[in-house]
Amino acid sequence: MSTSRNRLAEGGRIERTKTLAFTFNGRRYTGFEGDTLASALLANGVKALARSFKYHRPRGLYSAGVEEPNAVVQLENGARTRPNLQATEIELYDGLSAKSVNCWPSVEFDIGAINSLAARLLPAGFYYKTFMWPKSFWMTYEKVIRNAAGLGTAPKLPDPDTYDKMHEHADVLVVGGGPSGLAAALAAGRSGARVILADQEGELGGRMLSENETIDGKPAMQWVEDATRELTAMDDVRILTRTTAFGYYDQNYLGLLERRHINVARPLPHSSERLWRVRARQVVLATGAIERPLVFANNDRPGVMLAGALRSYVTRYGVSPGKKTVIFTNNDDAYRSALALDDAGISVAAVVDLRNDPDGPLVDAVRARDISVFDGWAITAVIGKMAVKAVEISELSADSENVSGPAKRIDCDVVGSSGGWNPVVHLHSQSGGKARFDETIQSFVPGPSVQKEQSAGACAGTFSLKDCLKSGHDVGKAAAKLAGFTPSRHKQPVADTVFEAPLQALWIVPSSNLDNRAKGFGAKHFVDIHSDVSVADIELAAREGYHSVEHVKRYTALGMGPDQGKTGNIPGMAVLGQALGQPIAEVGTTTFRPPFTPVTYGALAGRDIGEFSDPARKTAMHHWHEAAGALFEDVGQWKRPWYYPKPGETMQDALNRECLAARNAIGILDASTLGKIDIQGPDAAEFINRIYTNAWIKLGVGKCRYGLMLGEDAMVMDDGVTARLGDNHFHMTTTTGNAARVLGWLEEWLQTEWPELQVYCNSVTEYWSTMTICGPRAGDLMAEFTTDIDLDKEAFPFMSFREGTVGGIPARVFRISFTGELSYEINVPANMGLALWTALMNAGEKYGITPYGTETMHILRAEKGYIIVGQETDGTMTPLDLGMDWIVSKKKDFIGRRSLSRADCVREGRKQLVGLLTTNPAEVLPEGAQLVADLKPAPPMDMIGHVTSSYYSATLGRSIALAVVKDGRNRMGETIHAPMEDKTMDCEIVDPVFFDKEGSRIDG
Amino acid sequence: MFLINCPWCGERDEEEFAYGGEAHIVRPKDPDALNDEEWADYLFMRKNTKGNYLERWNHAHGCRRWFNMQRNTATHEFGAVYKIGEKPPK
Ligand SMILES: [Zn+2]
Repeated sequence: MSTSRNRLAEGGRIERTKTLAFTFNGRRYTGFEGDTLASALLANGVKALARSFKYHRPRGLYSAGVEEPNAVVQLENGARTRPNLQATEIELYDGLSAKSVNCWPSVEFDIGAINSLAARLLPAGFYYKTFMWPKSFWMTYEKVIRNAAGLGTAPKLPDPDTYDKMHEHADVLVVGGGPSGLAAALAAGRSGARVILADQEGELGGRMLSENETIDGKPAMQWVEDATRELTAMDDVRILTRTTAFGYYDQNYLGLLERRHINVARPLPHSSERLWRVRARQVVLATGAIERPLVFANNDRPGVMLAGALRSYVTRYGVSPGKKTVIFTNNDDAYRSALALDDAGISVAAVVDLRNDPDGPLVDAVRARDISVFDGWAITAVIGKMAVKAVEISELSADSENVSGPAKRIDCDVVGSSGGWNPVVHLHSQSGGKARFDETIQSFVPGPSVQKEQSAGACAGTFSLKDCLKSGHDVGKAAAKLAGFTPSRHKQPVADTVFEAPLQALWIVPSSNLDNRAKGFGAKHFVDIHSDVSVADIELAAREGYHSVEHVKRYTALGMGPDQGKTGNIPGMAVLGQALGQPIAEVGTTTFRPPFTPVTYGALAGRDIGEFSDPARKTAMHHWHEAAGALFEDVGQWKRPWYYPKPGETMQDALNRECLAARNAIGILDASTLGKIDIQGPDAAEFINRIYTNAWIKLGVGKCRYGLMLGEDAMVMDDGVTARLGDNHFHMTTTTGNAARVLGWLEEWLQTEWPELQVYCNSVTEYWSTMTICGPRAGDLMAEFTTDIDLDKEAFPFMSFREGTVGGIPARVFRISFTGELSYEINVPANMGLALWTALMNAGEKYGITPYGTETMHILRAEKGYIIVGQETDGTMTPLDLGMDWIVSKKKDFIGRRSLSRADCVREGRKQLVGLLTTNPAEVLPEGAQLVADLKPAPPMDMIGHVTSSYYSATLGRSIALAVVKDGRNRMGETIHAPMEDKTMDCEIVDPVFFDKEGSRIDG
Repeated sequence: MFLINCPWCGERDEEEFAYGGEAHIVRPKDPDALNDEEWADYLFMRKNTKGNYLERWNHAHGCRRWFNMQRNTATHEFGAVYKIGEKPPK
């Protein structure tokens, strides 16, 4: 296979014997193992990679790292497709397929580029200003904007991969595996501390991968290898590569994302990503620095790149970024790029330096090679649209604000720009630290630590290799010591001293065509190249009164892209500062928020997906219900039978059949899901007496009582039947969905308010299988199943409980009823539930026993006017509103009692529980329907309440409903209305008890 | 995510705990002695301090015990952790 045209003949950390084929935007290319998608595309001379976000200008590769704003791609297709990945971060693999995002129909011809011509129409805040009115058009606008902006496509198929979560503790977590991080990990590891070293790349070394430097007298990468070997040999050191520390949370808790795949298209024998949740005693941040660009006219043209990236491509990947380069800088470091390019035989046409008379060994070395250095000059124009063809350079005035001489044209195809380096202070900032502006490096450095973290090396503003090694070594030792270890006496690694003169800030480089810039089109000075934010946009925002950097960010989209403004934020703040006449330090930084780089939803979800996303609770009889054809309803986490349709039955057919069986024969309900709390202790009765609204002290052993529980605000919170099993022993039931909350409620009062009460509560919901048989023949069936419980109505009256055996199984039987029928609630040990249920079904067949679900249960209780907490109540209903004053004791205190007499609880016009009967008995009101007394042809109308429960009652042969209506009890007999979209239903307000008002059926 | 020092179990991740709001709000011994405003003060009004705050936590997925803790609501610096019924730190 032939070598790609921009591949250098030698050099780079690539495996030239391992050729990898890949496709980009449908075209086939090859690269080598060790390439990134970006370096391989550069090697193949692919210049335009994307279209920009707003103006759809052609954009090329800009960087060699995590800061890449332009080369954003959609990787692979189908279920494993990944949107919005940076080509600089994708390690090349054989068969890779990627395409540009944000260009339609193609990178070369882009319909959205018409925006570029109309740039004056797309200033900052354009979307806010333009798409405001009329509201109904927003849907249309949104589609257009989405298509035009198009940041990749989310996968539409289920993710076939698995993801893991790991929980880990460390004495010292070192983030970043460059010189500082490695030196820190060595220093900490040698002390015996448990160390985690995480680096986002596949290979340790950080910036050293892109440089040719010397440490301890040997090539820096040899030192990296030795250090890695030493660290690997340590028992308590874990090295995580391809792992990004994306978030720094409270108390040294960090989120790390480990990518375990290179080829994302291929199934893996293990998880594809791991989310590491690390709690560290000490954290060393060695996250390095990111170069910032200079802001000059048309600084976004394909071929304009960061100067440091140029030498990364040459040194690390053996790729020539172009044929003829111009370096544009305000600092000495960019001269290293000129030297590296020249070493590789790539023509450096000029170094253009904003500073006058730059001095120092790097500058001298460049001059010594006959490379022209234009000091006190600037690039004032970039020529070429789809790719750089040439630059114009001009001499600057003494204050650098203006061009002072005629422009000179230099032909070139690549421009490397450097405005200095920004420490990566993201994690420090996330930890709560406040970054401080450093005038020397003209960037933000970490401020005082808030959590147990220290920054080392370039991310602390220390850029030279020598200082990075020292800083890493010192901070690593200090961290180990703070974590309780004794640092070893090893010497720090040493590199040569290279003097570098200070940089000179110039945030807006003047342009040779000021006329065009003033008019707002043509040349643009971009500060945030990803989000297409130019100097003019920020200046406009400032003129329009946006003075806070947080507001400007939102108004202009500065730093809002997936790259989070890693190259654009600092220039953006500087430009804002100039517009406002403020130093950058006062403008301040925006808040850095996690994640540092995007994190997949898959990794965050881990294994907690599908059936594991929320556990499904099933009763012991669940499979019986399934076999009987039940449809299920989710109640909390429980799966409850909803109804049991027979073949050919509609839902209403099934409900009618189930209801009539319960009223005329026997119905059976699986009630196992009811919350059950065992309450014991000498003060149990006193405690329950304070919790429920009614009186409990004198309840006899063997008796049951219905109780209503209020919040301290007097609003109904839960209800249920509680039985007294012994003097000091109660069995409380709660609604299915409220069991955990009620237990927590009881414990809270016991522990925090009444610690003197000796009471113990325990959840026993799962200990018992509970089934309720009800109906006129329930007694007959019950009699067949027990010999040791006297079923005589006097011996075992309504609202009492007996312990005995049912079908030979030890049981607690409660004579309580939620249907108004003779009813036995049988509790047996959970694992006996299915046996008893099956036996009851078999023996009950002759009586017409019929299983019923939650829907029939709801109908039967509504016929009796019984409330369901959460259906008739919504946190705003008091017992008085529900007409349940009969259960509210006047003789004792209980939780919520005082609030019952608050002005708002006793005022007139509160909503009260009533029954509703529709004028047309066949019509069933929709639940939630709003009710009005004064019907008007169209809204607005005064709403006086709403329907809370509504059913067709087979028992009554008509529809019934419960509702809450203002002053409802004073409106009995009034006809009110439920206006709906297509019709209005009229209904009469009636008593909420529809069936057997006198309770004659309770004993069968 | 906080690392919370349960006085019964030691340091555990925040996800094991439930938050209980401001501490040291005592239920009036005789609610009837309070007028509506005073009762509403007990019921609804909380300090919502920016800075050091005494608050209740429940180790809901652990020992299920309630306890008090001092936390700086602005910086999340933790102060004393102490049991229910104990006096707050000075
Ligand atoms: Zn605990």
